[in-house]
Amino acid sequence: MIPGEKERPIIRMYRVHKRFGSKAALTDISLEINENEFVLISGASGAGKTTLLKLIYRGESASEGQVLVDGMNLLRIPRNRIPELRRKLGIIFQDYKLIPDKTAFENVALVLEAAGHPRRFIGKKVKSVLRGVGMEEKADAFPPSLSGGEQQRVAVARAMVGDPKVILADEPTGSLDPDSAGVIFSLLEQYHRKGATLLVATHDRDLIRNAGGRVIHLEQGRLITGR
Amino acid sequence: MYRFWQRALRDISANKFLNGITAVTIALSVLIVSAFGLMALNLHSLMEKWRHGIRVLVYLEPDVSSKERKTLEDRIRRIEGVSGVIFISKEAGLAGMKERMRILDTLLADLDQNPLPDTFEVSLDAAALETNRVEGIVSTIQGMASVEEVTYGKVWLDRFTGLVHLFRFGGAAMGGLFTVAAMFIVANTIRLVLYSRQQEIEIMRLIGASDRFITAPFYIQGLFQGFLGGVVGLAALYGLFEIASRRIGGYLPVGFGDIRYFSLPTVFSILGCAMLVGWIGCYLSLKGFLKR
Ligand SMILES: Nc1ncnc2c1ncn2[C@@H]1O[C@H](COP(=O)(O)OP(=O)(O)O)[C@@H](O)[C@H]1O
Ligand SMILES: [Mg+2]
Repeated sequence: MIPGEKERPIIRMYRVHKRFGSKAALTDISLEINENEFVLISGASGAGKTTLLKLIYRGESASEGQVLVDGMNLLRIPRNRIPELRRKLGIIFQDYKLIPDKTAFENVALVLEAAGHPRRFIGKKVKSVLRGVGMEEKADAFPPSLSGGEQQRVAVARAMVGDPKVILADEPTGSLDPDSAGVIFSLLEQYHRKGATLLVATHDRDLIRNAGGRVIHLEQGRLITGR
Repeated sequence: MYRFWQRALRDISANKFLNGITAVTIALSVLIVSAFGLMALNLHSLMEKWRHGIRVLVYLEPDVSSKERKTLEDRIRRIEGVSGVIFISKEAGLAGMKERMRILDTLLADLDQNPLPDTFEVSLDAAALETNRVEGIVSTIQGMASVEEVTYGKVWLDRFTGLVHLFRFGGAAMGGLFTVAAMFIVANTIRLVLYSRQQEIEIMRLIGASDRFITAPFYIQGLFQGFLGGVVGLAALYGLFEIASRRIGGYLPVGFGDIRYFSLPTVFSILGCAMLVGWIGCYLSLKGFLKR
């Protein structure tokens, strides 16, 4: 690896605006996130954290400005290349977003199936990732029968199973008790230490104080850089 | 592929009623369209047989002497395209008619006078039949002495042709109508399934599943509905056909051959069309859904 290559920004926003009708959710956001960085996005509820993440995974498109993710210009990519973008990312939500009538195993396996991996590989990989989050015992359980913390661990496994370079997490511990939240956070940190870029949106002050990463603060859709 | 089947089967068994209704609609369309097609097919082949068996009938004026008759017969024989001439006296004609059409037996028995004229039955060679020289031959004979009237079943042939066209047209019109209806019903079934799976589809998108990956099971479902509908429709038609052919078979004059069901390739094409209807229905509902 060439020295300095690590400093290459994997996510880049330039003068980004996002409006919903006449309401401005994000205003003039410019930022760069380097590979292997750990970034916390803080801000009160309604500040625009979710919207910022959505722009990165193209859940929404910017009203103005440029968004680049791992070399893809999201303004330019056609609809049919969105799956390609999302396979570079692992996304974690506050409400887990697991498919209720699929087992934990199937939920995680779906990522690799959609990416077209062979069945045997999928079986092994999913098992090892579920082991990594401590859910191998409950691989055949359906999400509604799992606790919140367990569901989020499955969701974390799902986000990691495709070995994405970037993990986006939107309030990943927002619905969890402190112990479960701690487990989820240490899993995310572990994955970050393996070289991934980690972007976590949260309004949890304790978490922001204790976590080690760079903090980006949003206030009413504007960026106020912190530590 | 296996996974797509799994997802499709799960959706089908979760929505048995909906899928059943859809298959039944397709089955009805197939039944109606194919029934028309089958009738047109049989009428057409009947007509073809008839056409090839065409005899020109030359009715003689009453009181023609046997010498005049002989002269006429020779003149007819010399016409290009005529392959044979048979004389049928009016007595023989009546007997023959009774023989051929038993239904008329009692009717004819009541006649106290033979209404038939003496007749020459003129057969034409195949070439003449194919090239539509029949009309020319008929008018030549018409102009000869001692000839009262010449017929060759043209009126019947025309009527029959009209009937075949009617069946074809009716079949096409009804077919079009039902096919469109079937497609919309498939589209709506798939749409309902789509809505019930909306959350799941949204999640699949978030984890990077392509439209193709997401929609393949729905296409399998559409094809399955089409296939099932096609099989049921064709089976129902076959049942009706069996009943009908037993009933009608007895009334058909000898020599008209049997009425037939579709050939195997036709059966498969109809199944293919039914599946295509399922596929298109699916396409219609997915087209709008994926845009969002
Ligand atoms: N789909 C939407 N339609 C309209 N307004 C929206 C939509 N999504 C977000 N907003 C608005 O944008 C602002 C930022 O929302 P969001 O990004 O969800 O904030 P946060 O995640 O920080 O709580 C809020 O005022 C919210 O009401
Ligand atoms: Mg939010």
